[in-house]
Amino acid sequence: MKLRGIWAVFRKEFRENLRDRRTLLSALVFGPLLGPVLVAALVQFSISHAEVQSEENITVAVTHAERAPNLLAYLTARGIDIARVTLDEAGARQAVATQTHKIILDIPEDFGARLQEGQPAPVILYSDSSRGFDRRGVGRVRTLISQYGLDIAQLRFLARGIDPISVLPISVQEIDVSTPSSRSVLVLNALTYLVLLSMLAGGLYLAVDATAGERERGSLEVLLTTPVPREHLIYGKIAAAASYMLISLVLTVTTFSVAMSFVGLERLGVTANLGPRAAATMIAYCAPLILFGASYLSIIAGFAKSYREAQTYLGLIITIPTLPLMFAGLLGLQAKLPLMFVPFLSQHLLMTTVVRAEPIAPLFVTVSVISTLIYGALLMYLAGRLYRREGLLG
Amino acid sequence: MLEARGLCKSFGKVTAVRGVSFTARDGQITGLLGANGAGKSTTLRMFYTVLKPDEGDALIDGRSVKEDPLAARRAIGVLSHGTGVYNHLTARENIAYFGELHGMSRAERDARAAELIELLEMQPFADRQAKGFSQGQKLKTALARALVHRPRNVLLDEPTNGLDVMAVRGLRKLLVQLKETGHCVLFSSHVMQEVEHLCDEVVVIASGQVVAAGPLADIRAHGGDRLEDAFVALMTGNDVAAIEGSK
Repeated sequence: MKLRGIWAVFRKEFRENLRDRRTLLSALVFGPLLGPVLVAALVQFSISHAEVQSEENITVAVTHAERAPNLLAYLTARGIDIARVTLDEAGARQAVATQTHKIILDIPEDFGARLQEGQPAPVILYSDSSRGFDRRGVGRVRTLISQYGLDIAQLRFLARGIDPISVLPISVQEIDVSTPSSRSVLVLNALTYLVLLSMLAGGLYLAVDATAGERERGSLEVLLTTPVPREHLIYGKIAAAASYMLISLVLTVTTFSVAMSFVGLERLGVTANLGPRAAATMIAYCAPLILFGASYLSIIAGFAKSYREAQTYLGLIITIPTLPLMFAGLLGLQAKLPLMFVPFLSQHLLMTTVVRAEPIAPLFVTVSVISTLIYGALLMYLAGRLYRREGLLG
Repeated sequence: MLEARGLCKSFGKVTAVRGVSFTARDGQITGLLGANGAGKSTTLRMFYTVLKPDEGDALIDGRSVKEDPLAARRAIGVLSHGTGVYNHLTARENIAYFGELHGMSRAERDARAAELIELLEMQPFADRQAKGFSQGQKLKTALARALVHRPRNVLLDEPTNGLDVMAVRGLRKLLVQLKETGHCVLFSSHVMQEVEHLCDEVVVIASGQVVAAGPLADIRAHGGDRLEDAFVALMTGNDVAAIEGSK
């Protein structure tokens, strides 16, 4: 009997929001459906782009190619295409700036002579570092030229009876321990962020409309004259906002799961654990946040004097809970027990372990779920207190 | 029956209502007459438990709004300032929603909504969503919503604001019906003709105080049988002594 008011408010808010087509479209179509599809398309695009790049031969324009036939033969043998050009210094700068040639190698007149005398023989390499995509090519050419120089040095040592090994005191061996799954986290970093944001956005409109909107339209006053305790009114509204957040969460994760299955991640040497089981786990980890999110938004919107004011706040407010995620990204935070007490961050870390297919201690999950639920309950209570204030009507 | 007993209310440093007392009886229409900002809305809001009196009390059928606000709310129907209805619900759903909040069962509230739709002649728009409603249609919806739980006491805050002639006539008819069926009707207005047309009793409020109260004829008598003249006389203090004497 006591909870009848909450149930009545919940049903009415749910139904009214359902009938607002534009809101529904933005809350449940643009966010949860379009977002993941866009991310998937972006990932697919970058994969294709990387593939095209690695298959493309690097072309170097060489001016005065006749001065260094051996060097050019060395480069050609290692897959560099040589284009012979004749340009002075200004011409070379101009050609790189206008991208007529991406990389230009200038062989000075005394190159052969200095090499024969055992003097350092300079070559000049022109490129434009502001063109991000082509840095790989320049690096490759530079490495190959150094390698050619090193080969000559080794021959000189041998000619003088010195073991060339003795002039290489340190050798660096690089080992990349990232597994395909852990690499996927880099690619899919946007995922957790988008899931949490889209979940909040799903209940945003309802939270604003049911608090600030209702007050502005003048229906709140009459609502307060019904024999339903004031806090029950806001509990019903929070429940309605929460239900839309749940729908948005499920839709977003499901769309992600489906959309990413069409992306050829394995071609990047990446596997992401995004199957139905992983999706269900992610939803379960995030679900406790819904109470927190719905109460949080309702409180903020409840303080606003008008609908417009609430919207102004909320654009900013909705990003605040996701701030810890940015820190996590910058600091490379790993799942640790104390972090499981931080709402949003703990969900982010838990989702990350799911995508990476890493094991997670049940204690971590328990702490995250229970602490998040407690914060949510506290916020809901606070919202109830806010609704009992006399100044509510403004 | 509604009874104000020395109601006082301040907002910060501003005192909106200072010691308002009056009685609105069953089977009568009582008008709360006053200029804008005189304290009419604040007084009504204390009756319908949205505001708590700083001092004094408001009794609804003998029940204190301070001690048992939920019971007080069950006994009143309210048409607040600005008839906000829910745009995405139909008129019928707007009415039924309030029935539900008043604890009525589905069958009960559906039957009552149908009854009110007929009474207020809302059939042409009863099942349309409220977003395109005219002021008159909104008012009828809000009125039906206020009456859904058959309250004995009906409070209306400036109900004729922004209404056209036909809507006002419809409202008057309804208020008279309510009165004839033994309800206690209390409404606030700053429009003399409204009060003159409808009220049995008038309470004149200025600067948060009752300056005159009594049957319409008595109040009118202090302005040469014209309410407007009486009101002006009361506001300028010319006739306050006479009114006080007649109380």
